[in-house]
Amino acid sequence: MTAPPARTRERDPLLSDGRVRLALAILGSAGLAALFAPLLVTAHPHATGDVTATRFLPPFATDPAQVFHPLGTDRLGRDVWARLVYGARVSLATGLLATGLAVLWGTLVGTAAGVWQGWLGIGLMALTDFFLALPRVVLLLVLAALWKPSGTLVIVVLALTGWMSVARLVYGETRSLMARDFIATARALGAGRPRLVRRHVLPNVLTPVVTAAALGLGHAIMLEAGLSFLGLGVQPPAPSWGNMIASGRDTLVNAPWVAIAPGLALVLVVVAASLLGDALADRLTPS
Amino acid sequence: MWRRLLLRLAAGLGVVVGATTLTFLLLHLAPGDPALHLVGPAASPEQLAARRTALGLDRPLPLQYAAWLRRAATGDWGESVATGRPVAGMLGQAWPATALLVGLSLALTYLLGVSLGVVQSAAGRRADTALSALSVALYAMPGYWLALMLILVFTYQLRVLPAFGAAGLDADFLAPGARLMDRLRHLVLPLATLTLIGVGGIARYVRGAMRHAAGAPFVLALRARGIGEARIRALHLLRNALVPVVTLLGLSLPALFSGAVFVEAVFAWPGVGRLMVEAVSARDYPVVMAATTVSAALVVLGNLAADLLLAAVDPRVR
Repeated sequence: MTAPPARTRERDPLLSDGRVRLALAILGSAGLAALFAPLLVTAHPHATGDVTATRFLPPFATDPAQVFHPLGTDRLGRDVWARLVYGARVSLATGLLATGLAVLWGTLVGTAAGVWQGWLGIGLMALTDFFLALPRVVLLLVLAALWKPSGTLVIVVLALTGWMSVARLVYGETRSLMARDFIATARALGAGRPRLVRRHVLPNVLTPVVTAAALGLGHAIMLEAGLSFLGLGVQPPAPSWGNMIASGRDTLVNAPWVAIAPGLALVLVVVAASLLGDALADRLTPS
Repeated sequence: MWRRLLLRLAAGLGVVVGATTLTFLLLHLAPGDPALHLVGPAASPEQLAARRTALGLDRPLPLQYAAWLRRAATGDWGESVATGRPVAGMLGQAWPATALLVGLSLALTYLLGVSLGVVQSAAGRRADTALSALSVALYAMPGYWLALMLILVFTYQLRVLPAFGAAGLDADFLAPGARLMDRLRHLVLPLATLTLIGVGGIARYVRGAMRHAAGAPFVLALRARGIGEARIRALHLLRNALVPVVTLLGLSLPALFSGAVFVEAVFAWPGVGRLMVEAVSARDYPVVMAATTVSAALVVLGNLAADLLLAAVDPRVR
């Protein structure tokens, strides 16, 4: 799930932080549930049977066919728990892939701008600031609405709008590294810039990058759900936490559990990602 | 100071123009033809071509963009493809609703967030942990879901607050006093949603800033002079902690606007966000262009205001 933190002086395990343990427990169980989804469910996530007999069953109900529904059913009689678990696949995979791409691109831009500090650096950071100043959701909406909605599109769109904070963080870190003696020494020994980046800069910016990734993961998962909620992301009948909340919106009166369950799952996972990010950030800047 | 302000203004203008350029490019790079959308699939190629010419879509992109920019600068935003109404009028009706929602929410978010952060910095370990859990949960909560939960409780269970639109259907027939009450009642749930999702982030930030300031040497000096803890916190720590918080103000505007898009969508609040969502799904190009421009401008102006405020709070910046 997370890379180990970059070499720290006192090597105290990150696990001694209660927040990290909680975060890893939540993310771990969500990840396991997503991986082993078929083993955990009693019903198919989007097959519908006898709709009138099975719809709007409350949590812990058993339908006429003797199928147990731990979180009840929605208006088409689909099992909410099954959809939740299969939705975790979509949410986590989308979040991880989008964050991975954003972090990769942000790191690339940040180190390049920090190492080549001339016009290239100025240009890259101006670009970063420009994208940072745009309202992200507006950009997301425009991008997501213009092409045919799909999971791949959501990943690309989230990555395209999520790399800026990583770039800023890495840029700051790279600049301060470039002013340090060991870089000057490496340069004096004839190391070119590509080598500086590979051997000296990248290993040292790893910790801020992992921190940014943890924080970005929460955002990405939340925004994916948001796009799916607006109908611009994962398309029904495939379950995603966002489109589950959207479908639960129409049945809020007679079946509130349809909207409550995916929302709670979303909050838990995003809380875990932010706690992890916070804990990592605290280690970055010891107070 | 003035030089700085002018530079920022120029940069802000650059961002707005850049945003429109980007949106324009994206709109025209995307598959799908607005002319085809208008004439329908049964139209002959000649009809399609005629419509494309009428919309100016057959001209080179830079020329189209220059034409749009020229007209936009004079206040002519074109007509909505979907409704045929002038875009300027649609936006003119929409932006006050968004500005009201976002402005009030901004004030409330900071008021509550700063208070919570200050209380936390003074609280014992247990209370601090509990409040931290609350603020991280609020921070992680998607606005549209919180909105649904509030609707569930206050509209469907308790039946005390409306959850749709900015005014009741009978608003035009109410007496002025009752009309105001109706407006306020419609405002409560959207405002509460948008505020609550923002409070967590601010509180977390203020708590950190207060703790950071508490370690400064001047606190020791104040204590040595026998000044009470409460006074130190209220007069000295808070003032110092507020400097980074004001910087955050500018950054939180895009986030707040983003939140407003979802909140408006759930509550059918007649603002720019809802207009945007509707226009985007209907491929209403002129409306999307205008809404992007307005939202970028709102954010840039907000950043500028935060900058000015920072100068007022922190004399070192002036």
